[in-house]
Amino acid sequence: MLAIEKPLTGNMRGDGSPVDIDAYEAGGGYQALRKILHGMEPKQVTQEIKSANLRGRGGAGFSTGTKWSFVPLGPDVPNPTYLVCNADEMEPGTFKDRLLMERDPHQLIEGMIVACYAIEGDVAYIFLRNEYRLCAERISRALAEAYDRNYLGKNILGSGFNLEMRLHISAGRYMCGEESGLLNALEGKRANPRLKPPYPTTAGLFGKPTVVNNVETLCCVPHIINHGAEWFRALSHSDDGGTKLYGVSGKVKRPGLWELPMGTPVREILEDHAGGMRDGLKLRGLVPGGASTEFITDADLDLPMDFKGLAKAGSRMGTGTMIVLDDNTCPVGMTWNLMQFFARESCGWCTPCWSGLGWAERLLAAMEDGNGEQGDIEKLEQLAKWWSPGNTFCALAPGAAEPLQSALKHFRDDFERHIREGHCPHH
Amino acid sequence: MATVYIDNKPYPVNPQENLLHQCLSLGFNLPYFCWHPALGSVGACRQCAVKHFKDEHDTQGKIVMACVTAAVDGTRISIDDPEAASFRAGVIEGLMLNHPHDCPVCDEGGECHLQDMTVMTGLAHRRYRFEKRTFRNQDLGPLVNHEMNRCIQCYRCVRFYRDYAGGKDLNSFSLHDTVFFGRERDGVLESEFAGNLVEVCPTGVFTDKTLKQHYTRKWDQLFAPSVCVHCGTGCNTSVGERYGTVRRTVNRYNHEVNGYFLCDRGRFGYEFVNSERRIREPRLRGEPAAPETAIEHLRRAVAHGGAVGIGSPRASLESNFALRSLVGAGRFFCGIADGEASLIRLMLDILRTKPVRVPTLQEIELSDAVLVLGEDVANTAPRIALSLRQSVRQSSFDIANKLKIPLWLDNGVRDAAQDRRSPLFVLATQATRIDEIATETFRAAPDDLARVGFEIGKSVIGPDSGAGGIGCDLVNEISTALKNAKRPLVISGSSCGSAAVIQAAANIAQAYGAALYYTLPECNTIGAALMGGGSLTSAFDLIRNGYADTLIVLENDLYRRAPRAEVDPLLEKVPHLIVLDSLVNDTSAKAELLLPAATFAESDGTFVSSEGRAQRFFQAFVPGDPIRESWRWLTDESWTRLDDVLAALAREIPELGRARDAAPSAAFRMAGAKIPRAPHRYSGRTAMLANITVSEPKPPDDPDSPLSFSMEGTEDKPPGPLIPFFWSPGWNSIQATNFYQKEVAGPLRGGDPGVRLIEPGQSNGKSYFSEIPEPFSPRQGEWLMIPINHIFGSDELSLSAPAIAELAPGPYVAIGSNGFAHESEVSVTIADETFRLPVRIRPELPAGIAGLSYGIPPVVGIRLPQFGKIEKIS
Repeated sequence: MLAIEKPLTGNMRGDGSPVDIDAYEAGGGYQALRKILHGMEPKQVTQEIKSANLRGRGGAGFSTGTKWSFVPLGPDVPNPTYLVCNADEMEPGTFKDRLLMERDPHQLIEGMIVACYAIEGDVAYIFLRNEYRLCAERISRALAEAYDRNYLGKNILGSGFNLEMRLHISAGRYMCGEESGLLNALEGKRANPRLKPPYPTTAGLFGKPTVVNNVETLCCVPHIINHGAEWFRALSHSDDGGTKLYGVSGKVKRPGLWELPMGTPVREILEDHAGGMRDGLKLRGLVPGGASTEFITDADLDLPMDFKGLAKAGSRMGTGTMIVLDDNTCPVGMTWNLMQFFARESCGWCTPCWSGLGWAERLLAAMEDGNGEQGDIEKLEQLAKWWSPGNTFCALAPGAAEPLQSALKHFRDDFERHIREGHCPHH
Repeated sequence: MATVYIDNKPYPVNPQENLLHQCLSLGFNLPYFCWHPALGSVGACRQCAVKHFKDEHDTQGKIVMACVTAAVDGTRISIDDPEAASFRAGVIEGLMLNHPHDCPVCDEGGECHLQDMTVMTGLAHRRYRFEKRTFRNQDLGPLVNHEMNRCIQCYRCVRFYRDYAGGKDLNSFSLHDTVFFGRERDGVLESEFAGNLVEVCPTGVFTDKTLKQHYTRKWDQLFAPSVCVHCGTGCNTSVGERYGTVRRTVNRYNHEVNGYFLCDRGRFGYEFVNSERRIREPRLRGEPAAPETAIEHLRRAVAHGGAVGIGSPRASLESNFALRSLVGAGRFFCGIADGEASLIRLMLDILRTKPVRVPTLQEIELSDAVLVLGEDVANTAPRIALSLRQSVRQSSFDIANKLKIPLWLDNGVRDAAQDRRSPLFVLATQATRIDEIATETFRAAPDDLARVGFEIGKSVIGPDSGAGGIGCDLVNEISTALKNAKRPLVISGSSCGSAAVIQAAANIAQAYGAALYYTLPECNTIGAALMGGGSLTSAFDLIRNGYADTLIVLENDLYRRAPRAEVDPLLEKVPHLIVLDSLVNDTSAKAELLLPAATFAESDGTFVSSEGRAQRFFQAFVPGDPIRESWRWLTDESWTRLDDVLAALAREIPELGRARDAAPSAAFRMAGAKIPRAPHRYSGRTAMLANITVSEPKPPDDPDSPLSFSMEGTEDKPPGPLIPFFWSPGWNSIQATNFYQKEVAGPLRGGDPGVRLIEPGQSNGKSYFSEIPEPFSPRQGEWLMIPINHIFGSDELSLSAPAIAELAPGPYVAIGSNGFAHESEVSVTIADETFRLPVRIRPELPAGIAGLSYGIPPVVGIRLPQFGKIEKIS
């Protein structure tokens, strides 16, 4: 029963070792693959995923089935069609995909095979974050096991379906996690984002039809095939199907990661699962879904963590892994820390991003050092506005604007005190 | 046509284009950086932001980048919208965070696109108070200077250098606000188009290093519309002068010819004009002579009819014609080596009588299947190689069209089509730099290239020539590609020294309905050939046999046209040698009378390019007395103006008559005014000669053109052939070109410069050549020596430009291998001459073939290909 409620993590071992192929099969692994190979058409698979209301877990929440349905099928499509698993988990505060890959790599692999079957994919890549060395080791072993048992390679399980799957380890930049930057990186180019059109589903990797999906998204796929779309939708508390890996970091009693029904309220995650704030500390706010989401405060804790729920607080669920700010930590310092990251990771392509992020980072550094000046807050507000979606080339700078402008709104006093008092009040 | 509303006024626009293109074409001041009319849109700099409204009821609107927004019918945008204007000012503020305030010492100052755009947005203050980032600059060689601190990260340099020109050694490194554009390490930029970075860069990161040697601001230079003298392509240039020296050459846009780009030989070769080797005064028997004495001597020498004249493919039509008129048509000889001259006559004959069309460079770029037969275009006509790099993108555009990606969306097209290329086949005697973009390459001796060429033609013409065997699959592949193409093209030329190669190319062009372009080595090769005249050998015979006592050589070094063993006794024998030239050379050194000839920068005249396009060049300055145009030395008093020469030329040689129309005559005026050569901010006119005389000298008259030597004159934009420099209010950089075109990147208003003198005969039917050469058989103990051309080195004049000379190789012999060591010295015997030369190993050379560096002294004047011997020196 527990395994049904936590399809993604229920099969994982308590000791931190990975589920090997025997254990994976014993737990029902590769049954979804068998099911589709001997009884489902690619379009049926896509339809099932669509019906399941599976939305992309990378942060943007685009319907996975819909994305797959954009891929042209049939004999006239230029070969090969690619599936790329975006495992470049570099969003600050986010560590959910790592768990899935370290503990149950076959779940991801099976999800990818099913996805490839649905989009008539010929080649699949796992584009892995540079620092995830343990994941790399475990995925490599799992890939070898899958090839051994003919879940990958030529004529998979006698079905006539062929698929090659490769692990690619990123050179290690945040931009490589942006869908089109990832494609450039995989082609051996600078990880600059691409313009649309063309959309990856028609001309992506090496100019060929390509689907890019997040790790967690793909891990859901075998379970949907095994248990059906209706079951998957029922796992959730909200309109979006399935469970979700929620994470909490910061000064809480039990930082961690939990698989819970989609739409679990923020308060429940924070208080029941993470155990609330450490003794003596009060919550000042949190960024709910990684660094590029807006701060929410006490008042918003009863909102459900799903794609729609947090919009009410002007924020986003993002990756569903929250970073908690307590009253003993300087909000300016935290914002500076986040902006350091964004400024460092800007690819250098569009002016508002490469030029503005560095400026914002230096303004915040000055404030923290007690060198803030009158007008700095207004300048930061202008910069955040400058990074509005559409003004920049990709979503990196708009993402950076979210914590900055919300911090300026919720913690304005702290910013003003830094300038007025000429030092950080927390030091 | 679509209608776009800009600030609520309707404008007709081309829906195939983006909004930035349209706004600029309509004359709006919309600033931009990353976009370039030849490079397309990438949406990086965010400078061209405008407000976009959904419909007439939408008052909110949304900021969009004009360069990546299609000009769809009914689009409503605002340029003046306060939010859009402040966004654009914000982008300038962002770009200027790290930009040094070094405009006063920056070579770009006064023609800087960044300055112009900054002023355009009205941003005049700085709020950034932190330290600016700095870089270490690189030594990129003698042509291009590097100052990375000025960089605004627009990516134009790498997009031009890598994506457009195929260079590999310039790249973007690092990220965020410290992206570095340069090489992996210091070193000469490898691309022969690197000089274009000077114009492509919107600010002073890449600047002209030769200009730096004698720096003058753009506003302080006198400019003249000119034509490149360093090969036959006929690229249009603009030459800038101050204080009697040429300061630099920049591109002069001609939609049909060079577009926005030049090769580095064309851009930096100008330095020969300032050379210390210039002939600056008449010399009679080695002693300085007064011009009157010199002319007197010249008159006497020709008076009794004993003179013969040798013309030149690097002198203007006018000067050649003046010589011809002076000595008489029957005693005028074409200054081209016999072998080459007969090949050029063959090419001319083909182009005039067969139903094949010579394409413009613009048409070359649109060709969707190309065969290069026997030419190394990257070295003989480099600008053509750049056009071929664009032609192979035709299949990318097909893919983009299928995917409905607009062709101006450069990154979209490249992402979708990747490096898909249209067919390009390079069949040559040796490896060439465009091989890397070729579908297939094939290397063989000239005769074998011709045989393959005939075979390709035969697959349409039939029947099988019996030459089969060689490259059978290749022949099929090429013939299929040409057959399937909508706009096929054949390129050939005289490099192989083979009539059969030229004929085979003509057969192919006719058989497949392809355009045919023959690349020719010198700026007026076609003009000299059209002028006619006897062969060089017949001139030599007249002298040898005592039928001529005076030889007049016009802008020509005979030692580059015939072997030393032939020229030495000839010049020894002739009683009176009169030479007109601009640079000292072996021929001029032997002159009894030496007359200082004006270079292209100091004279007006007409060249006919390989395309058959007659184009006028104008003097940038009046050379110091007594230097004058060759035609002025040669004429009697009947011609006082260039127009007189052209009128006489039209009467005498009707085929060249239309050369008159290459540009408006000297009488042309715009609203009664001449066209100023100087920008209106030209400074120091009253002071620059004050050390000599305090009264300001009157600017020189110009009886030969409608241009004035001052800033006074029309304020209107002159017609194409008469544009000395590009400038428009608020646009001081060369980006002002936008406002001289009918539509951005399109033809110049009033037409592109030049008139085509050669068009295919309407009534002519196809006729094929059928003399197929025997297969090449290597000889025992001998090598067939073929010419190996060098963009830097093979051209006579640019070899006297210091920066070009620095990049030129020394003379060498190239051998496949056969036991020779690289760089070892060997003795090469050819045409009765023996040279000690270093060996360069070129493994791709076919068996029995060796290469000789072409045009690099002392290995000049030898007819190639020719058999010779190579011996090791122990």
